[in-house]
Amino acid sequence: MKIIVAIKQVPESDAQVRIDAAGKWIEEADLQFALNESDAYALEEALQLTEKHGGEVIVVSAGPERVGTTIREALAKGADRGLQIVCDDLGTRDALGVARLLAAAIKPENPDLILTGLQSEDLGLGQTGVIVAELLGLPHATLILHVEMTETGLTVKRELEEGWFQTIDLPMPAVLTIQSGGNKLRYATLMGIKRAKTKEVRILTAEELGVDSTPVIVLERVELPQKQKCTQILGGTAKEAAAALVEKLKFEARVL
Amino acid sequence: MSGVLVVQEAGRNRISFEALAAGRVLANLTGLSLETAAAGDPNADIFIETSGLPPATAYVVQHPLLQNYTSDGYVLAFEQLIRTLQPSYIVFPHTYRVRDFVPCLAARFGQVLIGDVTAIKTGPSFSRHLFQGKMNATYHHQGDGPCFVSVQAGAFRHDPPTAGKFTIYHFVPEISANEIRTRPGQPFRASSQTVDLASAPLIVSVGRGIKDAENIPLVQELATALGAELTASRPICDNGWMPLERQVGSSGQTVAPKLYLAVGISGAIQHLVGMKGSQCVVAINKDPNAPIFEIADYGIVGDLFEVVPALTEAVKAAKQ
Repeated sequence: MKIIVAIKQVPESDAQVRIDAAGKWIEEADLQFALNESDAYALEEALQLTEKHGGEVIVVSAGPERVGTTIREALAKGADRGLQIVCDDLGTRDALGVARLLAAAIKPENPDLILTGLQSEDLGLGQTGVIVAELLGLPHATLILHVEMTETGLTVKRELEEGWFQTIDLPMPAVLTIQSGGNKLRYATLMGIKRAKTKEVRILTAEELGVDSTPVIVLERVELPQKQKCTQILGGTAKEAAAALVEKLKFEARVL
Repeated sequence: MSGVLVVQEAGRNRISFEALAAGRVLANLTGLSLETAAAGDPNADIFIETSGLPPATAYVVQHPLLQNYTSDGYVLAFEQLIRTLQPSYIVFPHTYRVRDFVPCLAARFGQVLIGDVTAIKTGPSFSRHLFQGKMNATYHHQGDGPCFVSVQAGAFRHDPPTAGKFTIYHFVPEISANEIRTRPGQPFRASSQTVDLASAPLIVSVGRGIKDAENIPLVQELATALGAELTASRPICDNGWMPLERQVGSSGQTVAPKLYLAVGISGAIQHLVGMKGSQCVVAINKDPNAPIFEIADYGIVGDLFEVVPALTEAVKAAKQ
């Protein structure tokens, strides 16, 4: 079985992001980047499926050169090879533009299964995987926590709202977007990191994939959100702040 | 014709009415007419409840193959409806179902969904969160073709229905069984769901900032001192540090206590929708820009490993 996992490099989840001078994106210069969390779960699902049923895991990612480190990280965890779509204009492409890049890179591989995280931690659009399915003419299922192979295809467990779930049967090839928490994530081993250095990463460019980059959705500007409530920040030492908070909760908010 | 079409979701009435309110904002800004549509039974209360609100026209999209939701069925049905009505804007509630099929639907028109929108302003321009709520972004749509928008739960206030005249049109799309590639099962609930947090008056909730499972007792002590329930944000339950039935947020439970004390929770929207009905919100976080502070009444910016033990002591002292 050949599984492709589409992954994204995003700023680390506890990174303190600042708006850039143009007000159109964030200051990337001193940011640490990491593998998008739900993509890590998609990779884990792919690795477990091939451990059980045999096959190959290929990771694909689009973005500037720094994305290569995240691809190596996925290879260190056990993916067999990588496809890196080098493009510096990822930020101005909309979800359809990015999905077109991924679909063009994935198509010649003819995979049995395409997995990706349900959404990115930076843009949070949650659409790329679904659009890739549409572009490749494949069925899809979203918010998947568990994947099982059957004689005719797949049975997957899908998360619904407010603690509900459902199972879905679908044929292969298919695209699944994976929700966090379905599996326990593995760490890269020292041996894995060593092996990753010799694994193949093929570099593709947006130009050779021949994908149009004209967006229909344009990001105009980025701002700090406005506060909905007037938050009283309690300062001082931890002890002082704690004492002040108890006072406030007791006599002002009257909730204690 | 050209207008604003709001696609509602039967069974998700509240957020559907909020989408209708957003559609009305868009119609007022653009001077376009407003219509609504939903798949399902014309007797469903989504239509009955909508009947008192303008617009006066609703399209009931009906087909036996739409009885159980599938992305394929919904994409085919709404593609045909949109080609027939040719709206300029299509507004959806941002539900799991919309996230599942609308990106495909939009792609069929060469379009991209502007998802999870929190505000619509002149232009029209659309606001949505980036970086899990740490930033706000403004988007606009360009070029020909319909603009697809979905709105975040709680972002638009829906008006109560009043008596009014209402016309329902039936729309029967052409779908054949072999076009539906997935077979959905009936929804079920995890059997372990035993803790009812909805009625808890005091809640201490813990997030990623706690760093490790072995630090959980620190917040448990605070909860015990307060006589509060201990809950968690999604990453904590994903890691298995707390049971799934104590998860607060869009995929977990919705709570509305008197006091919600968020410890090391940054406040991603998926978490906020589960707790923003709380009467008093307190946030303890080391990042002064964490979105949780946007909705907090009181905040302490600092290291939770210092603040939480101090707070536990202060609570104990106050109770003596």
